[in-house]
Amino acid sequence: MSGDEPGKAPDQRALDESPENAPATLDPEVRAVGARHGMFGTKGSGDTSGYGGLVQPVVYPGLARRPLDGWHEEVASALDAALAAAGVSDAVEGIVVHRGEITFHVRRDGLPAVARALRDDPSLRFEVLSGVSGVHYPDDKDRELHAVYHLLSMTWNRRVRVEVAVPDADPHLPSVVATYPTADWHERETYDMFGLVFDGHPALTRILMPDDWPGRPQRKDYPLGGIPVEYKGGTVPPPDQRRSYN
Amino acid sequence: MTADQDIYASSTETTEGRVFTVSGQDWDQIAEGLAEDDSDRIVVNMGPQHPSTHGVLRLILELEGETVTEARCGIGYLHTGIEKNMEFRSWVQGVTFCTRMDYLSPFFNEATYSLGVERLLDIEDQIPEKADVMRVLLMELNRISSHLVAIATGGMEIGALTVMTVGFRERELVLDLFELITGLRMNHAFIRPGGVAQDLPPGALDEIRASVALMRKRLPEYAALCNANPIFKARLENVGTLDLEGCVALGLTGPVLRSTGYPWDLRKSEPYCGYETYDFDVQTWDTADSYGRFRIRLNEMWESLKIVEQAADRLAGLEGAPVMIEDKKIGWPSQLSIGSDGMGNSLDHIRHIMGESMEALIHHFKLVTEGFRVPAGQAYVPVESPRGELGAHVVSDGGTRPFRAHFRDPSFTNLQATSVMSEGGMISDVIVAIASIDPVMGGVDR
Repeated sequence: MSGDEPGKAPDQRALDESPENAPATLDPEVRAVGARHGMFGTKGSGDTSGYGGLVQPVVYPGLARRPLDGWHEEVASALDAALAAAGVSDAVEGIVVHRGEITFHVRRDGLPAVARALRDDPSLRFEVLSGVSGVHYPDDKDRELHAVYHLLSMTWNRRVRVEVAVPDADPHLPSVVATYPTADWHERETYDMFGLVFDGHPALTRILMPDDWPGRPQRKDYPLGGIPVEYKGGTVPPPDQRRSYN
Repeated sequence: MTADQDIYASSTETTEGRVFTVSGQDWDQIAEGLAEDDSDRIVVNMGPQHPSTHGVLRLILELEGETVTEARCGIGYLHTGIEKNMEFRSWVQGVTFCTRMDYLSPFFNEATYSLGVERLLDIEDQIPEKADVMRVLLMELNRISSHLVAIATGGMEIGALTVMTVGFRERELVLDLFELITGLRMNHAFIRPGGVAQDLPPGALDEIRASVALMRKRLPEYAALCNANPIFKARLENVGTLDLEGCVALGLTGPVLRSTGYPWDLRKSEPYCGYETYDFDVQTWDTADSYGRFRIRLNEMWESLKIVEQAADRLAGLEGAPVMIEDKKIGWPSQLSIGSDGMGNSLDHIRHIMGESMEALIHHFKLVTEGFRVPAGQAYVPVESPRGELGAHVVSDGGTRPFRAHFRDPSFTNLQATSVMSEGGMISDVIVAIASIDPVMGGVDR
């Protein structure tokens, strides 16, 4: 069942807003980005279940406290030392450790220095950039577009993730092709799909979509597209207009 | 236009110069046309529908005589928006999409995605042993079938048609096993978050053992036909060389990296699905050229056979063990069975949910319509696919559908080496160099 106005919050509010029905106070260890309304994905009509007024924050794992556990701390302190030696301060905004994977959130102007330190410092030696992936968080205000780098150290057999967030209004960040030549196509793909502009890339052009394609297909505001399918008298709406569970 | 003119093979004038469209049997016209222009430099647009370009890969080659001075790839002709589509389906349905990316190694696509989702769900240590063994079995069989296609098409591209016919002959054996175990020859959607879709069918282990025995008899034919074949060696040796530094800088993995002598294999360095408990060796070569990559693929098939045999032995002792996680809120409940009218819902399962257990019916309904929720966060669990490191960057916002799923496909990354491998060489070596990378365009373009 498709909603009348996509994106519109359900018009039913929880009638009983007594304390036990209010959302639990947030754990300081998590980071809230946006909210999830209702339960069954129906918008504007139809949800008589009583769950239509449900509002839940969308929470992501929060920043980790130093010292970290195990080799994560070794990598984090080695990176701190290498950045200090390079005269760069404040490049790392925070560190998230979740499910055993470590993510360095890096400010965009610090990215080239961080990439160079991660590759060249003998105690870091992240020689291989596995890839660059983009993620679009429309609700993460002024940090809508994220570029996510997966790095691999073959010397130490370790993996880290570096994440750079930039505002949608100014989607520029420095390219790491000079440090990791393999980033060439990966950055082009992220540019193609999200509109992230990697300054300093040797030839930032579309790679998967045709050169004259309008729009950035992987962004959340870009529609999936599709047409209804008729089969044996019934009509199946396209996937993005079917009833979904958000 | 006169009758003897070919409407598909004409020449046109553009601002860049004269452009010929070649369809064969029109060489006189092109030779005449080129004679008018005294420069030796021509730009050839090979593909995207050239039979030697592994699917729809477009190569833009700048030639001086027969020497390639610049080689560039144009990709994207097989872009199908699989990653975007996955954001509109449940976590389990995502498997059905990602299996179609690199269509020669579907189980690896499914495995890396499922492992990522399982890490986000924090259920990595609850996956039943039998599911892990079946995943390993299927992945290694898949490695054999994929390497067979790599060798077969690589042979065909240099004119060794027998290599192609025998390669596809053996691949059929493996695809028959896939059909027996999963029901499908390709695009299985069999490895799912929480385990695998079905138990082994009766008699599958005997079929696997028979196929392995047959394969052991037939694999030496490739070695006998190619390994010391002077024409084969002349075409492959010292072609498409790329040393270790080049591989690391360009992010190349898989047989290309191992052909430099560096034994990097994620099955050993970051074991998943219990690979650390299997006995096998990482195959390397020291020539860093196309011939070395061919020999690595040949040797890896033998190693995969070893793993398949070990997995089959373990499965013999795991009869009746569960293949899906016990957690009823995650494990896909439905079971299929073969009835008189083909494969369909298992009647036992229908009886169970409709007649015996209200709880089971609720779980079935919730999982099939809504799916399960995955805690917010991101995960990246790479696996060693036949072409190198294949990883899914899986992002969840806590909902029932992937917020973002990005695949780091080894074909995509490895294809970046086309220019360094082929510039300065002969045009005929471009084909060999690309065949040694073994790109699968379904994975490159996704």
